[in-house]
Amino acid sequence: MIQVIIPKKNCSKAFRGLLLLYESKSGGLDPFHIRGVMNMSSTILEMKNIVKTFPGVKALDNVNFKVTEGEIHALIGENGAGKSTLMKVLSGVHPYGTYEGDIVFQGEVCEFNDVNDSEAKGIVIVHQELALIPELSIAENIFLGNERSKSGIINWYETIQETKSLLDKVGLNIDPEVQIKNLGVGQRQLVEIAKALSKKVKLLILDEPTAALNEEDTENFLNLLLEFKKQGMTSILISHKLKELFKVSDSITVLRDGQTVSSYSFKQDEISENKIIKDMVGRDLTNLFPERQHNIEDEVVFEIKNWTVYHPMDTERKIIDSVNLEVRKGEVVGIAGLMGAGRTELAMSVFGKSYGKKISGQILIDGQEVEINSVDQAIKHGLCYVSEDRKDFGLILNDSVKNNLTLANLKKVANNNILDTRKEVVEAESLKARLNIKAPTIEQKTINLSGGNQQKVVLGKWIFTEPEILILDEPTRGIDVGAKYEVYTIINELADQGKSVIFISSELPELLGICDRIYTLSEGRITGNISIDEASQESLMTYMTQSWRS
Amino acid sequence: MDKIKTLISNNIQTYGMVIALVGIAVLFQILTNGILLTPLNITNLIMQNSYIIILAIGMLIVIITGEIDLSVGSVAAFVGAVAGMLLVTHDFPIWLAIILCLLIGAMIGAWQGFWVAYVNIPAFIVTLAGMLIFRGLTLVTLQGETIAPFPDGFRSLSSAFLPDWFGGQDFHILTIVLGIIFSVLFILYELNFRRTNRKYNLHVSSFPSFVTKLIIFTFAINFFTYSLARYAGTPYILLILILLIIGYTFVMNRTVIGRHVYSVGGNENAARLSGVKTKKIKFLAFVNMGVLAAFAGLVFAGRLNAATPQAGTLFELDAIAAAVIGGASFSGGVGRVFGAVIGALVMGLLNNGMSLMGIGIDWQQAIKGLVLLLAVAFDVLSKRR
Repeated sequence: MIQVIIPKKNCSKAFRGLLLLYESKSGGLDPFHIRGVMNMSSTILEMKNIVKTFPGVKALDNVNFKVTEGEIHALIGENGAGKSTLMKVLSGVHPYGTYEGDIVFQGEVCEFNDVNDSEAKGIVIVHQELALIPELSIAENIFLGNERSKSGIINWYETIQETKSLLDKVGLNIDPEVQIKNLGVGQRQLVEIAKALSKKVKLLILDEPTAALNEEDTENFLNLLLEFKKQGMTSILISHKLKELFKVSDSITVLRDGQTVSSYSFKQDEISENKIIKDMVGRDLTNLFPERQHNIEDEVVFEIKNWTVYHPMDTERKIIDSVNLEVRKGEVVGIAGLMGAGRTELAMSVFGKSYGKKISGQILIDGQEVEINSVDQAIKHGLCYVSEDRKDFGLILNDSVKNNLTLANLKKVANNNILDTRKEVVEAESLKARLNIKAPTIEQKTINLSGGNQQKVVLGKWIFTEPEILILDEPTRGIDVGAKYEVYTIINELADQGKSVIFISSELPELLGICDRIYTLSEGRITGNISIDEASQESLMTYMTQSWRS
Repeated sequence: MDKIKTLISNNIQTYGMVIALVGIAVLFQILTNGILLTPLNITNLIMQNSYIIILAIGMLIVIITGEIDLSVGSVAAFVGAVAGMLLVTHDFPIWLAIILCLLIGAMIGAWQGFWVAYVNIPAFIVTLAGMLIFRGLTLVTLQGETIAPFPDGFRSLSSAFLPDWFGGQDFHILTIVLGIIFSVLFILYELNFRRTNRKYNLHVSSFPSFVTKLIIFTFAINFFTYSLARYAGTPYILLILILLIIGYTFVMNRTVIGRHVYSVGGNENAARLSGVKTKKIKFLAFVNMGVLAAFAGLVFAGRLNAATPQAGTLFELDAIAAAVIGGASFSGGVGRVFGAVIGALVMGLLNNGMSLMGIGIDWQQAIKGLVLLLAVAFDVLSKRR
């Protein structure tokens, strides 16, 4: 162990903040000095032989996990591999006694009964679903449950001051009294981090922090993590995005089916993305995208002309502006666009006018103009729309796989509006098998499925309506590599059967790997229509960032 | 040992409230020295609780869509008052009066459904307003007085019995026959259900537990009809209730609209994007509630043989309690018709048993409140395991 003494005036602003945290924790320390443990090879956390069983499932099967002090340690694995469960064991969400094995943190065996216990030790988790209250201010959120108060009366002055310094540290220059609902997703993520910092964090656990962030916010966020690392903080980063992990992390542990498959250090081991993917899925994924015959016919199946949509609340604001778009039989057409470009709004306004006001323009199916004013009519015309938000707009989480699969086309399993429940079971079973939905039975509630399997249920629901034109909005968001591959395979099969697919995604490599042609959307207008042979990430990005408004 | 545990826990989830109902019945049977299950009292139990069961079915459906209706007591009172005016003051034919009253119920339901479904005003507010509006209109209609008596034909709806075609003397033979027919139909249905499920390779319960279930249900049905037969036989209202229960169970479990109702409560956005007309479904749930509230109002007025301004007070709470005790969830999407009926019977049994014991209305209310809380707590805790 080496003790390092650093004069305070040489520290960066952000580092000073961290200094304050150390000081407030260690009490009467000389304010001009910090005592830090800088021995890089010491282990801060070791989880030994962790076994956690749920009724019928062994979620964690003898997992070993070791984190070195001061590093960024990536934890990766397919959905359902046990990452979240492992972190819940670590943070006391699954209390001591409900699992087997030991947690050793800073050389001490820990027995956490709840999250407060682990937070007291400095282990703080930032969850995937952001846990902020929209109607409260940033300051109120940060100190929620941890209020700066004296005999129950909140000291707002102190609260605001501390919030300011925390926001400084995460590089967010916003008034602490602004309500969370006025912030963007990226800013909310930073508030979450600030909240974690307010708890005197030693080990920061981030569960898919960049899942909802755009490229710029992600970049900033990763830089912030690196900054924290320089200041000596240890983090565990859970993510599906390999590129990110390769960029910032020092070591990486791969989980599969509740077991530790491998653990690498970037310093010592040769690691490649393919190697990690292979470890995650247990097989070689030589190609991220399945091969496909491009059998596109000349016949235009679906066409949108002069499509204009206004904002539902602010009816003066054009969200979609004179969009023209066409899709041929058997063609997969991509829509690329930055956040706020209007991709989802375009899709939903087309799908039975589910979004927006004052919609004008024409929809042509097989060359015939059609009137589509409700979802019901859209389905009848062979359209379907897979929402980007499967939990809020795709699934009835509290209902079974079977009931979700058949919901959009109950007529198919009914005679005169009376359900043939046995036929329904047969149909649901066959979809489950065809799409390889991993659930114990079709009666399983969808809330208990992993993200990838939930997405397959949503796709299954729409395949069951026998659509001709499928609009898929971010169908691979938040699902793991293996499930993504399966979703791509399903898309290819549909195209081979002569269906037309509109594929919306923010991941450019995915669009380039799957589509025949890509439209770019910027500020509600189509700015490019590029065939796959000419498209590249750079060219797409150029069109996507074209601005129409000053 | 584990097998027995899972067997018990599975059955507690399915039959938990039935077991609780039996438990309460046994408790009061002991506490009242055997008065509770006398033929007279069993008949009373059915007739006293008929309107609560009717309301509970409607309330269940509203709760499944994720809404609530606080106005049902006032609506029942208002419809009772209108019936009194039509039948007593203006001598309308009974059938016409009943049809008009049910139509008024449908219109009231449509009125409230319109505000909830199409204007997006929270159902709590709309029906709180309805509670005041229709209580007020009841007073206006009756001008603060009680209208009585109703013609006999109208009263028979809620208090008359089927005639005995077999001419039994101190024993109502038709009721026994109905009980036997009903048990046979029940057994045939269950056997057929089991056979087809086998054919489609679906899950069936083990043979011993299947037989046990049949025996218990057959015994319960026949004990029940035997008790009725020893008093005055089958009340008309019981037949109506059975039809309502079977009909609504079928609609909720086996029809497209039933599935749509569950989906609206489960996740309104997902349902809407799946082509379910969510607004229409909510609207119809309120229309249905209005009709059933009107029907309950008629039954209650007939039983009381008077239209009074205070009729139906606190009915909404009994109906909500019944649905919730029967397993409905306020977050929507969950609940069963059978459960709501059991819930209504639990409340009814408590009322009746405590009255028989001579417990005052003050303590009755407090105890019912506690039971409601405990029942839901039990449900929540058993699901958490």
